[in-house]
Amino acid sequence: MKRRTMLAGAAALAVAPIVVPGARAQAGKTKIVFWHAMSGANGDEINRIARDFNAAQSAVELEAVFKGSYPETQVAAIAASRAGQAPHIVQVFEVGTGTMLAAGPAVKQVWQLVQDTDAKIDPKSYLPAVRGYYSLADGRMASMPLNSSTPVMWYNKDAFVTAGLDPEKPPQTWEEFVPAVQALKAKWASKSQDLVASTSAWLTWIQFETYSAIHNLPFATKADGFEGLDAELKVNGPAQVKHLQRLLDMSKEGTFKYTGRDGTPDPVFYTGQAAIGFGSSSGRADIVRNAKFNWAAAVLPYDPEIIKSPNNSIIGGASLWAMTAPKRTPAEYKGVASFLEFIGRPDMDALYHQDTGYVPVTLAGYELSRKQGYYDKNPGADIAIKSLTRGTVTVNSKGLRLGRLPEIRNIMYEEIEKALQGQQGAKQALDNSVARGNVVLRAFEKTAKG
Amino acid sequence: MERRTIFSGWLLPVVLVLPQLALTVVFFLWPAGQAIWSSMTRTDAFGIRTMFVGLENFSDLFTDPLYLDTIERSVFFCAAVAALSMGVALVLASAADREIRFRGLYRVLLVWPYAIAPAVAAVLWILLLHPQIGLIGRWLNSIGIPWDYKLNDTQAMLVVILASAWKQVSYNFIFFLAGLQSIPRAIIEAARMDGARGFFRFRTVVLPLLMPTVFFLLVVNLVYAAFDTFATIIALTDGGPGKATETLVVKVYRDGVVNLDIGSSSAQSVVLMAGVIVLTALQFRFLGRRSGGG
Amino acid sequence: MNGRTDWFAHLVLCLGALLFLLPIWLVISGSTLDPAAIARGELSLVPRLSGLGVYASVLTQGSPGAGPVWRMLMVSAGMALAIAFGKIIISVLSAYAVAFFRFPFRMTAFWIIFITLMLPVEVRIIPTYTVMSNLGLINTFPGLTVPLIASATATLLFRQTFLAVPDELFEAARMDGAGPWRFLRDILLPVSAANIAALFVILFVYGWNQYLWPLLVATDPKLDTIVIGIVKMIGTETQTEWNRVMATAVLALLPPVMVVMLMQHWFVKGLTEGDK
Repeated sequence: MKRRTMLAGAAALAVAPIVVPGARAQAGKTKIVFWHAMSGANGDEINRIARDFNAAQSAVELEAVFKGSYPETQVAAIAASRAGQAPHIVQVFEVGTGTMLAAGPAVKQVWQLVQDTDAKIDPKSYLPAVRGYYSLADGRMASMPLNSSTPVMWYNKDAFVTAGLDPEKPPQTWEEFVPAVQALKAKWASKSQDLVASTSAWLTWIQFETYSAIHNLPFATKADGFEGLDAELKVNGPAQVKHLQRLLDMSKEGTFKYTGRDGTPDPVFYTGQAAIGFGSSSGRADIVRNAKFNWAAAVLPYDPEIIKSPNNSIIGGASLWAMTAPKRTPAEYKGVASFLEFIGRPDMDALYHQDTGYVPVTLAGYELSRKQGYYDKNPGADIAIKSLTRGTVTVNSKGLRLGRLPEIRNIMYEEIEKALQGQQGAKQALDNSVARGNVVLRAFEKTAKG
Repeated sequence: MERRTIFSGWLLPVVLVLPQLALTVVFFLWPAGQAIWSSMTRTDAFGIRTMFVGLENFSDLFTDPLYLDTIERSVFFCAAVAALSMGVALVLASAADREIRFRGLYRVLLVWPYAIAPAVAAVLWILLLHPQIGLIGRWLNSIGIPWDYKLNDTQAMLVVILASAWKQVSYNFIFFLAGLQSIPRAIIEAARMDGARGFFRFRTVVLPLLMPTVFFLLVVNLVYAAFDTFATIIALTDGGPGKATETLVVKVYRDGVVNLDIGSSSAQSVVLMAGVIVLTALQFRFLGRRSGGG
Repeated sequence: MNGRTDWFAHLVLCLGALLFLLPIWLVISGSTLDPAAIARGELSLVPRLSGLGVYASVLTQGSPGAGPVWRMLMVSAGMALAIAFGKIIISVLSAYAVAFFRFPFRMTAFWIIFITLMLPVEVRIIPTYTVMSNLGLINTFPGLTVPLIASATATLLFRQTFLAVPDELFEAARMDGAGPWRFLRDILLPVSAANIAALFVILFVYGWNQYLWPLLVATDPKLDTIVIGIVKMIGTETQTEWNRVMATAVLALLPPVMVVMLMQHWFVKGLTEGDK
């Protein structure tokens, strides 16, 4: 009997705090649930936005709920949607955009939401490179950009000085890059086993997706997938093969080091072990806090023989999707729309940008930050915006609209890692990536067409 | 594996087994049935367009040489993890079973790491083994051993086996110790009197009595290695470099949760379930015979 | 006569303990360090005593991304206890039925229990969620615990233990006129004490360390377990307060470790009874 009382006690202990909340919001208010994938300080920032929103108006009460990593949040939302219990808003990473667009009636795209609720959301107020990623081919917005970043090149100014390079003139082209890393290797990295001249995080996003975009080369046919589910990968073009070959050559001569997939190489730069680290602009906060050397950011180098003036870089990050559920009322959709309006306000956008290090997604938010003197106080923080607004947005630099993009990235990692180990050549690696990636695209096409 | 002696009556046992059976049916059989159904469909993530495709998902899997490689790799990985973690645990448990000083302290020291959460364990291994920021990784490189599991198939496999086995040693230790302690001292004393020594005594007297525990742990460890290690693998190597550390369940997780390829990932789950059924049936057979009908 | 072998046993045990202590000591000393140093991989095996204040701070105030640790500890404890007790009770009963009775579809029942528990939640998220939602269990305490209570491994273990009980014991009990309940209570449970204790440790830890399931079924931050709390603290694309994460990890370790210590007593009890 003792056991039973203990068990009951334990249950009561844990039940006690649950019963009260989770139920209906205060009288008269429409309750809106927002699932997100932001943890740590960025999670607190989402809670801050929720508080500000709830304080700014009285019709809607927004509850922000952490649901794990990006994939975990997305699958939780899908599972809930299939069970008729989707959250009102869910944050989905950029590579999940294709999946969400194929969701049909399970989501309400931003343009539909605007139509239904007369919300004041003007696509033109958003940075073209940001808006493009989350819009349909005809320009209608599908989801609301939130946290966005773009690839930049971080470099260690102290290392540049040691290597006899001008710390104010980072390499602008790959022609300049190669001798620069050779100098860094000879005069700086040779000092210790730990040091490498250069490394890259997010190898697929930065060196292939974005490389293709800034050189106005297609990553896939059908305008990188925007114009049809029957797109095929084109990333094995001569320019991309040449770029991979260059990375392989540099890896062989020790001027470039591959240090893992996705964001795992980030610490290699801010611990001072790499003189140049390609990474996401959102890594700035980590660098500010951890780097014990002088550093700066620069836009990505390019190949002038392919393009004279490079295009904008493409974004990464996540956007917000409005979801549908069987018994959802117009008032709830109105609440969702008012929240999306709220985060698109210039003051809110600028605040979020400055708090987190993500880029401002609206032109007005950028202007406001500039007027507030943010970039004077934080030199280099606007490199990401310069990179996103470089050149004009073309079909090749809008972003990628491919189903199962995470799997395609994964395939590319696998093939490139084999090439880096000397198991195959550059051409072979990208040919294999394209062949295997196309199988994935065809499978997705079949499910999306039904 | 059958008892000769039993209680009579069937109502009581049915009542006893019912709660567990009900939970199993509701929370496992029902979802498993849905998994089997989805494995024969092609469907989008949201389940809006679903088409019956028969065994197409399965034929796609088994005509993919990469999937067959992954099966082979998983078998090796599971065997290595189970052997390593059970071997180390048995040695430690035999030592801790002796009547030596600080025995209680040793036991606590060996058992409590089991409590460490997988989320933390993964971070821990990165802090230890990462070639650039890991304590051990950096040390290896500094003494001239080229350590880079991000770009070395063999080292990557070694890392995930070590990390996975480490997590399971305490678990095995607990059961081996409990098993060893349930062996009556009198039997061991008698063997000692007969002059049976050290390892020979262990092999001829202790090990046979420990077989139920070994059998139980073998099943648990294989299942652990097959199913519960993917978080560790994803955190450490993400299945790479290449496909060097991609196991079956890493692939199911990736296809199911990240790529949302519901049909194929369900088919893979069904393959895994079938694998477990065959494996355990074989073991039941084998051990049933060995222990002479227990 | 045992001097040399004891010395060897000490050596083995020390090495083993070191294998586990070293990484965990790293966490303990890491929790007192400067977060930036940890992010740079500059871990040290020497704790910084002045950094110990972090413990009081995470306990009562929490960390970026997550609430105070004490509350998460309570939720975790409730969940772990419910799962451990629930699992042991249910598994003992079903293993007892399978091992000591004959009833229709006995082995079918056993196989159903055994086979279907092999797929972890991660692999069958969508169907399981649908079932939970149909039963109205999303965001409730039963929803958090009940699906985790059915356990194939515990049932298998008890079945193995029960099968190993000598027939003589059973016959003797029957001579004394013991019915099924008395036999279970007076004979089987004491005989399996060591195993129950071991299982309790395992199951408590299992419940304690659950991550994906609570994350899926509970959306109320007040239902956050300590493991979810830790994951919430490890920032996405932002600096992470590693010392706080590590301090929380150490605090998260304490209750299971206390359970282990407590259970030591039962391990030893199992031993002395084996001697008789």
